[in-house]
Amino acid sequence: MEHEDSVKQRLEQRGVSRRDFMKYCTLLSATMGLSSSFIPKIAEALTAPRPPVVYLAFAECTGCAESTLRTMYPWIDTLLLDVISLDYHETIMAPSGEAAEKSLHDTVTKYPGKFICVVDGAIPTAENGIYGMINGKTFLDIAKDICPKALATIAIGTCASYGGVAAAAPNPTAAKSVKDAIGINTLNIPGCPPNPINFVGTVVNYLLFGKLPDVDDKGRPLFAYGQTIHDQCQRRSHFENGEFVTSFASDEAKKGYCLYQVGCKGPETYNNCPVVKFNDGTSWPVQAGHPCIGCSEPNFWDKMSPFYKSL
Amino acid sequence: MGQRVVIDPITRIEGHLRIEVEITNGKVSNAWSSSMLFRGLEIILQGRDPRDAWLFTQRSCGVCTYVHGLASVRAVDDAAKITIPDNARVIRNLLLGAQFLHDHIVHFYQLSALDWVDVVSALKADPKKTADLAAKVTPAPKSGINDFKATQARLKKFVDSGQLGIFANGYWGSPAYKLPPEVNLLAVEHYLMALRQQARTARMHAIFSGKNPHVQGLVVGGVTCATDLTADRIAEFKYLWAETMDFVNNVYIPDVVAVAGFYKDWGKIGGTTNFLVYGEFPQGPKEPDSFLFPRGAIFKRNVGQVQAVDIGKIEEGVKHSWYEGDKALPPAKGETKPKPGKLDVNDRYSWMKAPRYNGEPMEVGPLARVLVAYGKGHAPTKAAVDGLLKTLAVPQDALFSTLGRTAARALETKIIGEAMEGWMGQLIENVKKGDTKIYQEYQMPDAAMGAGLNDVPRGALGHWIEIKDQKIGNFQLVVPSTWNLGPRCAQDKPGPLEEALMNTPVSDPKRPVEILRTIHSFDPCIACGVHVIDPKTNEVYKFKVV
Repeated sequence: MEHEDSVKQRLEQRGVSRRDFMKYCTLLSATMGLSSSFIPKIAEALTAPRPPVVYLAFAECTGCAESTLRTMYPWIDTLLLDVISLDYHETIMAPSGEAAEKSLHDTVTKYPGKFICVVDGAIPTAENGIYGMINGKTFLDIAKDICPKALATIAIGTCASYGGVAAAAPNPTAAKSVKDAIGINTLNIPGCPPNPINFVGTVVNYLLFGKLPDVDDKGRPLFAYGQTIHDQCQRRSHFENGEFVTSFASDEAKKGYCLYQVGCKGPETYNNCPVVKFNDGTSWPVQAGHPCIGCSEPNFWDKMSPFYKSL
Repeated sequence: MGQRVVIDPITRIEGHLRIEVEITNGKVSNAWSSSMLFRGLEIILQGRDPRDAWLFTQRSCGVCTYVHGLASVRAVDDAAKITIPDNARVIRNLLLGAQFLHDHIVHFYQLSALDWVDVVSALKADPKKTADLAAKVTPAPKSGINDFKATQARLKKFVDSGQLGIFANGYWGSPAYKLPPEVNLLAVEHYLMALRQQARTARMHAIFSGKNPHVQGLVVGGVTCATDLTADRIAEFKYLWAETMDFVNNVYIPDVVAVAGFYKDWGKIGGTTNFLVYGEFPQGPKEPDSFLFPRGAIFKRNVGQVQAVDIGKIEEGVKHSWYEGDKALPPAKGETKPKPGKLDVNDRYSWMKAPRYNGEPMEVGPLARVLVAYGKGHAPTKAAVDGLLKTLAVPQDALFSTLGRTAARALETKIIGEAMEGWMGQLIENVKKGDTKIYQEYQMPDAAMGAGLNDVPRGALGHWIEIKDQKIGNFQLVVPSTWNLGPRCAQDKPGPLEEALMNTPVSDPKRPVEILRTIHSFDPCIACGVHVIDPKTNEVYKFKVV
């Protein structure tokens, strides 16, 4: 009881009502496939001391970082101020240069084996990694130095998970996933970019159970990537009925028929987009009338393209 | 010989940027801008289906998401000679407008504010005085004494935890920070508000294009949101737009004015000389005549004489970039043979090339757009600029500065936001009269050239495509950050950022907060700034610019 009171107090100080807070705990428990009896435990996990996180950006476009900023359950300010301690993140951290490097160094030396390392972007390996450098060091050397010292490395986005767009043929810089570039195991949250709820769900899983979630053979958390888009799609009945869109200008498009014949890769793509949708459940590509491009699958830029050609 | 200082990484930007400066007598006496990542998207595009190009190029940048996708579908539309339906044009404009609103809010609060705002000083503020101040400068809600007390308590708890996260090792307490504690507390409150507002504003993209970042509702020939042209979806977009405009009018713009009032000396620091605008927001089928922001070039700060733009006058130099050769060539004859090497500011020091127009470095982006529109007598721009200059009691010259660049970004946010209301009206009218066409059928040509010229949050953006056998023969991007942040050219003329950094005061080289102010005022986006050819084959790109 005492603990609950203190949580309540802290929430109120932050301007978050107990009701709002429980709402996102409920949503997270649903996303993670847990029963409602876990909701109080999630609430407790979210208000414990904050685990240190360093976020390394390599050959990337910052889309994954931006996507993370879009989290609404919890809001990003809650995530940053109350849930985790994001000690290094080039896109939003205050210091630059030497002072920024100090932030990274401090966390790695103060919490060896205890901080979480999140990697965004592929690692160019051609010519010993010269195609990407920070402060005189290649991305390759930085990853080799930092990732093995972490409790776990989470690859956020398809580039860090599998190489992504930088590694698309002919892969000019010999870009590789974190796992392939430095030979460590990573937990992968692919997507281009991934839904922030899958990243937050993974962090909460760690806070709640003290371990990262169970993954499939491609390193992806099963709670998010356990089923195909096709099996969860709102347009699935049109597929079964043989009702297809063949032109974006057609009546069939206006009726919201199945996009299989204009190239949808939903049948071969594992992700939870149709269920959680993006941007606070606003929409997802198939709802917006565009075929799925398979962005959470390894090598999708080559394997799934041409994107408007039927599987 | 002054003191050399290297800042690497530059944070609160997109991508990997290294800045080296020479400091003499407390001021920057020389500067070098280096882009530190090369991915090679153009090579990856070769031989692929032209319809797929936009999905690849959008991954140039996830901060300025959407804009490269738009530039690419426009380039292929142009090559295939497609006139897109009116609704598609309006929806593409609305999505680009939403991107400006989102991007500029995030830039001011999340990427640049910490150069002007001392977060730790906010702990010393008197919440009551902050509330009194807020009542004077902004009609924004959540500005009562209890709101500021709660924010201050939250901040205190955070600082007391000893885990300072993204704020650790900031330059707090630097003499360069001039805001009183109360203004700092107000700004911290709005920094946190902006973090939530941007997530809501981004929903505008999801309504008509599936998700954000990296929308998925464009296609060559139009847009795909056939089931979203409904009253509830349009209304949802409109509510989000109205909420965002409340934030722009009642929080963002008042904050820019309030902060600028304490930093008026920055109206004399960080300026450049020449400006280039391709123009943007086609408000009818005719381009560039129907643009909201007109096309034009300004030389030597002569705002009264806006010149017509001749794309044929663009050249790119590689003398100081990691490519072979040292001659400046137009994109039409561009040779790009990568030669990775040692970083040497006297020789080669960046993956970016050095674009020049008529031989001159050109600043692109919000300040360029506002100056060209002002020079051409665009009424809403003139009113906004004159109003701001009067409020701040600074001369017109103050526009050519770090402050001017930051203010121009805020002013154009309002101008674009207000124009969006008219575009939503057009969409509603079309749907009302039964016009829901959003896509034009077409035949992909066997061989064709196409260009997409755009003006996006960071400035003038051009995509060029050459189609061969219905596939991508060549693809080239010349992007805003290359104009602004590129290195010296064949004539050794510094790029716009290198020029802007000259004479910047530096109170403490260990805490280079003043240097960051000018860098951030360009809103650097590095990932898309580097464009190159296959390092293995050294294949040469050839483009005929039309």
